[in-house]
Amino acid sequence: MLKVANAILSARDATLVIGGRTILDKVNIDVRPNEIVTVIGPNGAGKSTLVRCLLGLQPLTSGEIIRPKALRIGYVPQRFPLTSNVPLDVRRLLSLTLKPTESEIDDALAETGIAHLKEANVSRLSGGELQRALLARALLRQPELLVLDEPVQAVDFLGEARMYELISEVRKRHGCGILMVSHDLHMVMAESDHVVCLNGHVCCEGGPIKVQQDPEFAKLFGPAAARMIAAYTHNHDHDHESHDCGHDHHHPDHRH
Amino acid sequence: MLDILIQPFFQRALLAGLAIASVAGPVGCFIVWRRMAYFGETLAHSGLFGVGLGLLLGFSLTLGAVATAVAVALLLMLMKSQRVLATDTLLGILSHSSLALGIVTVGLVTGSAGDHMDLLFGDILTVSWKDVAVVWAGGAAVLLILGLLWRDLIAMSVHEELAQAEGINVRRVELGFVLLIALMTAISMKIVGLLLITALLVIPAAAARRLTNSPETMALVSAAIACVAVVMGLALSAFANAITGPAIVLSAGLLFVLTLLRPQAS
Repeated sequence: MLKVANAILSARDATLVIGGRTILDKVNIDVRPNEIVTVIGPNGAGKSTLVRCLLGLQPLTSGEIIRPKALRIGYVPQRFPLTSNVPLDVRRLLSLTLKPTESEIDDALAETGIAHLKEANVSRLSGGELQRALLARALLRQPELLVLDEPVQAVDFLGEARMYELISEVRKRHGCGILMVSHDLHMVMAESDHVVCLNGHVCCEGGPIKVQQDPEFAKLFGPAAARMIAAYTHNHDHDHESHDCGHDHHHPDHRH
Repeated sequence: MLDILIQPFFQRALLAGLAIASVAGPVGCFIVWRRMAYFGETLAHSGLFGVGLGLLLGFSLTLGAVATAVAVALLLMLMKSQRVLATDTLLGILSHSSLALGIVTVGLVTGSAGDHMDLLFGDILTVSWKDVAVVWAGGAAVLLILGLLWRDLIAMSVHEELAQAEGINVRRVELGFVLLIALMTAISMKIVGLLLITALLVIPAAAARRLTNSPETMALVSAAIACVAVVMGLALSAFANAITGPAIVLSAGLLFVLTLLRPQAS
């Protein structure tokens, strides 16, 4: 089996068949340290299922997940029942499976910008606040890999931009690899190092620029989406290093 | 009027009832958190078949109830992964067919199911010192298992996949919890009866949910409410001649209604 140099999490020919339906078809994916890999695709493309397989929550029909046993993973799931019956404040949410000290909790909440919500009841949080609490929770594990399944799903448009900013800051500060799932294309394109376009199988992949020019991408999302993203990325700087696909991400004449 | 308090049968009833209530409070919280009310009811109903088998084959009725409840629980865990029928449909099938099977079996053995009405509705006023000892020992075992599983169970109740991704052995904890409910069912059988066990689990916990904002306080308040319900039920039974098991459940229901008067704790 081909092992990609220094990948911390990989899938090789990951295939999942449930009830005769092929959900994942020979999917290959690699996440390296300090790299943001984004999986995009339409609804029902198997994005969340792929994440569940990568995390070992769902066994594969065939293929292989390569994940060191000791890999510290911080996971933020797609769905989180806001109407949970369990009475829980944010502090307690952060210490469900870990036993962090009070100052560790404070630091994690400060980092995600919700230090004031430590005592708040989880069921009273807004979508964005809950995402930040869950991100703080994931950071407490000092992850080598962050797995974020639809991190801006319940967040309004302005909150979305801030959320992506936060994710990008987290990557810079912690140097962890980030695997992100999204069905929304705008800012994903700006912040990702590597984009995997999934529709059961991997349709196309590569740097954001390469992917949006790929005919497979246009086929999946329509040419309008491709043009819209091209326009967006043109107005957005790419000052991170291009190290995965040989495409130049530098736009030195653009600045925030 | 209070001389009933010094009657040994009443003291035994009180001791057994309070033990059941203290255990039902915290266990019931997990039934509420994990949305398993119907599941608990199914296990309780299936207990009657175990009792029938016990009568038929001549072994302990408590053991029979535990055994069938565990068997049904394992069957359910297996059937749930098949995904052909919705879980509540499965539970409906198992709950009522096992209850019917239980009544038929008990009827076959004793000639009339009516002789064992006490198993369905409980007969707390006739418990012996040995029953009290069984309830206390069983209750202690249930609390011990619950204490060991506590943190993992709460993490799973909040988000099962997240807990699993963070290294909790979900299957093992689930199995432990199912055993615990089966044990709970068996020891409550004589006190509140198989038909009403779920009520004693769910109602105090639901009442406590309105008053508390952490899992631990909810468990404690739930136990306290269940204890008050037991005392109220016994009093109703002693002074108003109400059937004790249903009187306890009614008292719990009344306490729940009272909590509605108070705004939800944050």
